[in-house]
Amino acid sequence: MQKEAKEFFNTRFHEQPVNGSALAGFRQQGLDMFNKLGIPAVKHEEWKYTRVNALFNNDLTYNLDASGISKAELDSFRLPQTANATSLVLVNGVYSPELSDIKHSVKDLLVLPLETAAAGEYGAIVKKHLGHSAAYHPDGIHALNTAFTHGGIFILGKSNRVITEPVYIYHITDSRSGFAFAQPRILAYAEQQCELQLVEYYGTIGNEGSFTNEVIEIVAEAASVLDYYKIQHEGPHANHVGTTHVRQLGKCLTNAVTISLSGGLIRNNLNMIMESERGESHMYGLYLLNGKTHVDNHTIVDNVQPNCFSNELYKGIMDEKSTGVFNGKIFVRQDAQKTNAYQSNKNILLGDASSVNTKPQLEIFADDVKCSHGCTIGRLDEEALFYLRTRGISEKNAQSLMLHAFAVDILENIKPQALKVFVDHIISERLDFNF
Amino acid sequence: MYEENENILDQVTSSEYKYGFVSHFETDDAPKGLSEDTVRFISARKNEPAWMLEYRLKAYRHWLTMQEPTWPNVSYPAINYQDIIYYSAPKQKIKANSLDEIDPELRRTFEKLGISLQEQKRLSGVAVDAVIDSISVTTTFKDELGKQGIIFCSMSEAIQEHPELVRKHLGSVVPPTDNFFSALNAAVFSDGSFCYIPEGVRCPMELSTYFRINAANTGQFERTLIVAEPGSYVSYLEGCTAPMRDENQLHAAVVELIALERAEIKYSTVQNWYPGDKEGRGGIYNFVTKRGICAGDYAKISWTQVETGSSITWKYPSVILKGDYSNGEFYSVAVTNNFQQADTGTKMIHLGKNTRSRIVSKGISAGRSNNSYRGLVQVARHASKARNFSQCDSLLLGDKCGAHTFPYIEVKNNTAIVEHEATTSKIGEDQIFYCNQRGIDTETAVALIINGFAKEVMNQLPMEFAVEAQKLLAISLEGSVG
Amino acid sequence: MLKIKNLHAGIEGKKILNGINLEIKAGEVHAIMGPNGSGKSTLASVLAGRENFEVTGGSVELFDKDLLATSPEDRARAGMFLAFQYPVEIPGVSTTNFIKTAVNECRKYRGQEPLDAVAFLKMMKEKMKLVHIDQSLLSRSLNEGFSGGEKKRNEIFQMAMLEPKLAILDETDSGLDIDALRIVANGVNSYRNGENAFLVVTHYQRLLDYIVPDFVHVLYNGRIVKSGTKDLALELEEKGYDFIKNEVELTLNV
Repeated sequence: MQKEAKEFFNTRFHEQPVNGSALAGFRQQGLDMFNKLGIPAVKHEEWKYTRVNALFNNDLTYNLDASGISKAELDSFRLPQTANATSLVLVNGVYSPELSDIKHSVKDLLVLPLETAAAGEYGAIVKKHLGHSAAYHPDGIHALNTAFTHGGIFILGKSNRVITEPVYIYHITDSRSGFAFAQPRILAYAEQQCELQLVEYYGTIGNEGSFTNEVIEIVAEAASVLDYYKIQHEGPHANHVGTTHVRQLGKCLTNAVTISLSGGLIRNNLNMIMESERGESHMYGLYLLNGKTHVDNHTIVDNVQPNCFSNELYKGIMDEKSTGVFNGKIFVRQDAQKTNAYQSNKNILLGDASSVNTKPQLEIFADDVKCSHGCTIGRLDEEALFYLRTRGISEKNAQSLMLHAFAVDILENIKPQALKVFVDHIISERLDFNF
Repeated sequence: MYEENENILDQVTSSEYKYGFVSHFETDDAPKGLSEDTVRFISARKNEPAWMLEYRLKAYRHWLTMQEPTWPNVSYPAINYQDIIYYSAPKQKIKANSLDEIDPELRRTFEKLGISLQEQKRLSGVAVDAVIDSISVTTTFKDELGKQGIIFCSMSEAIQEHPELVRKHLGSVVPPTDNFFSALNAAVFSDGSFCYIPEGVRCPMELSTYFRINAANTGQFERTLIVAEPGSYVSYLEGCTAPMRDENQLHAAVVELIALERAEIKYSTVQNWYPGDKEGRGGIYNFVTKRGICAGDYAKISWTQVETGSSITWKYPSVILKGDYSNGEFYSVAVTNNFQQADTGTKMIHLGKNTRSRIVSKGISAGRSNNSYRGLVQVARHASKARNFSQCDSLLLGDKCGAHTFPYIEVKNNTAIVEHEATTSKIGEDQIFYCNQRGIDTETAVALIINGFAKEVMNQLPMEFAVEAQKLLAISLEGSVG
Repeated sequence: MLKIKNLHAGIEGKKILNGINLEIKAGEVHAIMGPNGSGKSTLASVLAGRENFEVTGGSVELFDKDLLATSPEDRARAGMFLAFQYPVEIPGVSTTNFIKTAVNECRKYRGQEPLDAVAFLKMMKEKMKLVHIDQSLLSRSLNEGFSGGEKKRNEIFQMAMLEPKLAILDETDSGLDIDALRIVANGVNSYRNGENAFLVVTHYQRLLDYIVPDFVHVLYNGRIVKSGTKDLALELEEKGYDFIKNEVELTLNV
């Protein structure tokens, strides 16, 4: 299989349109890495619990063309109450300016095709930051995205601008004519003192199944505030591997919230690279799973410089036959003295056939640090359930009340109100929570 | 307590590795290198039955197909397995029947190590099996134990005298095919201890094996097997030292514990193999497979280890919780200094219902060392109401060392409750200042604080070992603060 | 109202209650006293339906219906309330939301319409005064970060909101200073109306200065060994529990 996939992608590599050769070398490096590393099998330590190679057994339809989706089809995926916000649409991983709608002023926000940005005035920035995440993911999947960096987007938040409305990025995959494969690539850059919010949302049309292999790299300059939200709510045939790579270049604040509500096989990599002193970052995750959904959250906090603070909280509820995976690594380099890094992962197993694998890791090379991680796997607190029942609340309602409370903890960190309401609505419905 | 700490201070300021001497006595060695012939040589020297030789050869052939593991967080130059002597026995009567028959040089060696082989001199009532290089030299208190039906003897003796027991249990917990080093051990192990506690017997004294590597260029491959029949109890201690040599020596042991219904095995180790010098030269590669099975309901296995020695440690004393209501424990203090590397932890495999496990790991890194905790807690689909609590704390002394935590938690049953906590910290300047202000110097303050940090684990050790282990901690960290 | 007959119960095979007999009628206040480990809290837990306790014999009827066969929530809906000795903290569940849910589930059970927001708020405001509880407390997560006194006041507040027929107060005085004790007791007293009944479980007599009982029972080794009026409580306070223990031992020896 691996060999077939290799042949398939090598053939496709030479077929991809070459509009803008600024990224040709970058892509070639990606292909070389892909050929060298191959598709990770379960023997690969970082893929121990997630059999991603099975996805490559499908007869992939790899369509590098953004046409074929109508405005009406797109609208069925739109998040509620976002009519006034900028929406960027990628179809099968390729940016579609026609379907996108940029509401922000160019004084605040600039959106360019990645190839255009690489060839023009932002070429230096693209060159410097595009591909920085590769070192953190020595596997063929990441390299494959690089090899096919095509139709990507460059987003620039201008300095000293507070951009109040979030930028919504829609990834639409068209699986009507076969198992669709898409590889979006995004580079976002928040200049000094810029406040920028990004929301990523995913949708698949058709029932043949899809596999999105995404890389988004985000750079935050000094005094910027960057909020990132990733919301996954797709059908059981939609699969996803995504890397979100955040670099803090100056003392700034970055927040990331990852919500996985449904899907097939999902792998979310989130990297926070604390490259500047006194940076602060918060990472929140919620996975609320049922059916056979498999969600693997892999996070890395790399403390390169001293005096940084990071806090991480991931919570999961697994029902039916679903599987949750959490792998959190806190890395403190030798120079990163006075690092404060906290990590917590809490899981509730509901389903008889559900499971969870968690691996919180600390790798510490500096002595004057405060780092801790904790993880729990268990059921709802029996004493609390009893307490609620002695007040006349039925067992079922007591359970949904508590499950909702467990999840809400994460939702409270979603700042855009409409988005929070949207997610809460899905969760409440799932948990039969109606109070 | 204060006096004891005074004592530690003395040790801290004066001592280096005090067990680094070499004893001189004649040895009977196998030719260097590993082949089927080596395996046959060892088996023949020990006059083993055919099934034992077959067992070894099978393991050897399997070993040839295996690769040395690369996943531990340690690095060392490639080991040349053909450059090791796999069998080295002190040339004395095959087995001493009485103390008078033991080579006086050998006896002096053990006396220097603080271990008297003379039963009347032992105050604490600990039965000792003394293993030097590859061979068990003597076992004390055998007769007294025998009265209760307890078998405590060297592995070679057990193969001769109790072949049915050995054949039944050997390799049942750690099969030769388990890993690279267990296969190697199964092929070439030369001796070790065997211990059998009959049904309902509570072993009246601590059983202990003392391991010593003496000869140069040798590897030590001992094998320990403990079988606790239903309702029995045994507490077992293991200690080890080696001379200071510039080359690295390989120690690849296998320990198997079998606890049947309502039986309890408590296994304590103070591992003090030569750690290498301050530049990282020499020292023991300690690649050990230790595993126990709670085979019956309500069985209990408890591992306690104080790891201060070896240049590299690779070891995960584990418990398979097969019986319902069985209980596994792992208490560990691992200290690394200078260029030492330790990758150690445990596996708790919950298979039975209502099983419980508890993990307490304390890692202390100093110098340029690296200290990793690696653990697995696994709850199988049908292991309902399993419960685990893990606590892994690391303490760093200095900014050139590393502390790492790699816990793996895999749960497939929705009635399980698993909790894991880990922290990393350093000794606070305010803590040291507070001690200084009360007249305690910094080295003593550090020793005090470290003993406090490790207390939960130290409390698990039998008295005979606890004081020794406390001193060891302080000595191992000598010169790391200042 | 409540009839306990020869109740035996225990936990994990250990026997704690060894034949309790007690009848409580509407309007009565009963106090259960006893030394530590006598089974006081076990009795409260068994009555409320805590699952890890096992009833091994006897019967309990509430309004002539078998209580032991019903779920904790149905007991609550039928009019039984337990004020916990250690109220549980539930992060993420707002106190107001929780009480509203509880009130409406109880109303539904009784065939009443759910309270709308306005009616509910009005009721809350009224009852809040009863125990001097602050609005800000009610908008926080249930009991999370509440002081000991706040937790106990919240229990009595919930009692007032749920309007039970029988309220069991399990060591409600523990951990309270004298002012808080007075507030809690006033809350209880103003709720007394001749139709509802109370079972006050306490170790000390001092709570009974404020909530005056009609009957006092002494629990020892899982049985009621002595019953009397409020004077019995005073006698206990004066002589200590040893006097009861001695008396019981004497009877046993005869």
